[in-house]
Amino acid sequence: MVVKVISSAEAIAEAAKRARPDVIPVYPITPQTKISEKLADYVADGELDAHYIKVESEHSAMSAAIGASGAGVRVFTATSSQGLAYMHEPVFAAAGMRVPIVMADANRALSSPINIWNDQQDSLAERDAGWIQIYAETGQEAFDTTIQAFKIAENKNVLLPVMVCVDGFILTHTVDPVELIDQEDIDEFLPPYEPEHSYLDPEDPMSLGTLADPDHYMEIRHDIEVALENAKDVITEVGQEFGEKFGRSYGLVEEYKTEDAEIILMAMGSICDTIKDVIDQQREAGVKVGLLRVRVYRPFPKEAIKAAVGDATLAVLDKDISFSAGGALYLDTKSAVDNPTYNYIVGLGGRDITPSHIEEIIEKTKNPEKDVEWIGLKE
Amino acid sequence: MIEIRFHGRGGQGAVTAAEILAKAVFEEGKYSQAFPSFGVERRGAPVTAFARISDNPIRRRYQIYEPKYVVVLDETLADVVNLTSGLKDDGSVLVNTERTTIPSLEEKNIETYTVDATQVALDTIGRNIVNTIMLGFLSAKTGVVSIDSLLKIIDDTFPAKIAKSNKEATEAVYNACVEQK
Repeated sequence: MVVKVISSAEAIAEAAKRARPDVIPVYPITPQTKISEKLADYVADGELDAHYIKVESEHSAMSAAIGASGAGVRVFTATSSQGLAYMHEPVFAAAGMRVPIVMADANRALSSPINIWNDQQDSLAERDAGWIQIYAETGQEAFDTTIQAFKIAENKNVLLPVMVCVDGFILTHTVDPVELIDQEDIDEFLPPYEPEHSYLDPEDPMSLGTLADPDHYMEIRHDIEVALENAKDVITEVGQEFGEKFGRSYGLVEEYKTEDAEIILMAMGSICDTIKDVIDQQREAGVKVGLLRVRVYRPFPKEAIKAAVGDATLAVLDKDISFSAGGALYLDTKSAVDNPTYNYIVGLGGRDITPSHIEEIIEKTKNPEKDVEWIGLKE
Repeated sequence: MIEIRFHGRGGQGAVTAAEILAKAVFEEGKYSQAFPSFGVERRGAPVTAFARISDNPIRRRYQIYEPKYVVVLDETLADVVNLTSGLKDDGSVLVNTERTTIPSLEEKNIETYTVDATQVALDTIGRNIVNTIMLGFLSAKTGVVSIDSLLKIIDDTFPAKIAKSNKEATEAVYNACVEQK
């Protein structure tokens, strides 16, 4: 075990290396590029025995990932923003074909206008794909989650691809201390992938991604729904096992000072770090406020959210917008609980979110005027 | 928590300086964080980088608006950006310049330290790359990081030949300042 001061991009590459993927088809895009560059280094230097495929686009990256995973090997890839949008078609196909690919997404705004900076619109626009989506708060969690993601994806009750979402720049380009778990400990936690279904098995050949007529399509799609529901227990178990072995446990959600809270903020990703600082300050001033961090967005942890919110008023922060309706986390939360719930759209296209914005949100939630409000807009 | 802002131009290594500082103070048992101003990288364009140093884990995930120290790798930036924006009242500015004082900073009564890092870089490294030299200067003037941990991280960061000349330059500036004291 060694602690290094590195970026989340490098932490994810280090984790992916330790997961021993066989195939890495990947196309560079800011702010993900550091991940694919690091992995290329590992392969070129002989540190990682993987087939690194330099594809001509993200659509090809995901298509190659599906082919490789369908052939029964462990696959890792990474993307961001326009790249994820470009692979939209095979992203849906990957879940339908039940291939346990792990992909890191460096969360970045979508065009237009062109913007390379962070928000979470890119991955949230893929929420209906059937992928598991996990949002990391820190570089450490990005490392830990990348390892866990393979174990979750490859579980026979799940067999779905997993997206590990990390805030572009705010995490991918920020260095801070990350504990890198030794290879042998990772090997023990994450044994080699043994596919239950592989079309390259000559003893039991099969087809993937075939035509399904109206007699069959719905059942196959329903299987994805069942697998995503199964994933809730699997993610929790894997997060607990990880904690027992390495000292950091993970679940579907994280409750921070929610117990007696009258206002609970809800958010995903790195912003939760800053929110915790603000909550500590507000608590000192006697304000009963807490944070419910949604770590896993798909499957949507309805039960965990219901159990955590009590009768608090909810302030949901979204770094994304479904125009005219509200942010994704807000809309899903509204459908899950009956609490008074208000939505704050923040940080689009990299607009910095400071403690004063979060204090403003807490103040507004005490006397709410609007269901959905944009915070940090210039006059 | 100590917050530090670096100003440089694309290609001068401001981001690397912030990262070396974060790694060096971590060697000393402190928590640290460093990040660039998240801009589009272009050689010659103004670049800002940030570093935080704390005795406790750092949870701030936003840019630094009120730095204690500002490190300026290229004094011509004074015409382009507000180098002292948000500087704390007890803060100070460290500038790479041939001059001994910076009138615009002196007018505002801002504590300013100057060093001709460019000359040192040209003499030792052979190129106008001053990022590690400015870290040696920061170490001598503020004590936020020790010279030994800086030298260790410079060794870890660069190939052997580049590391050697950078260490010589960094140590030379550090020793000169300490002797002056």
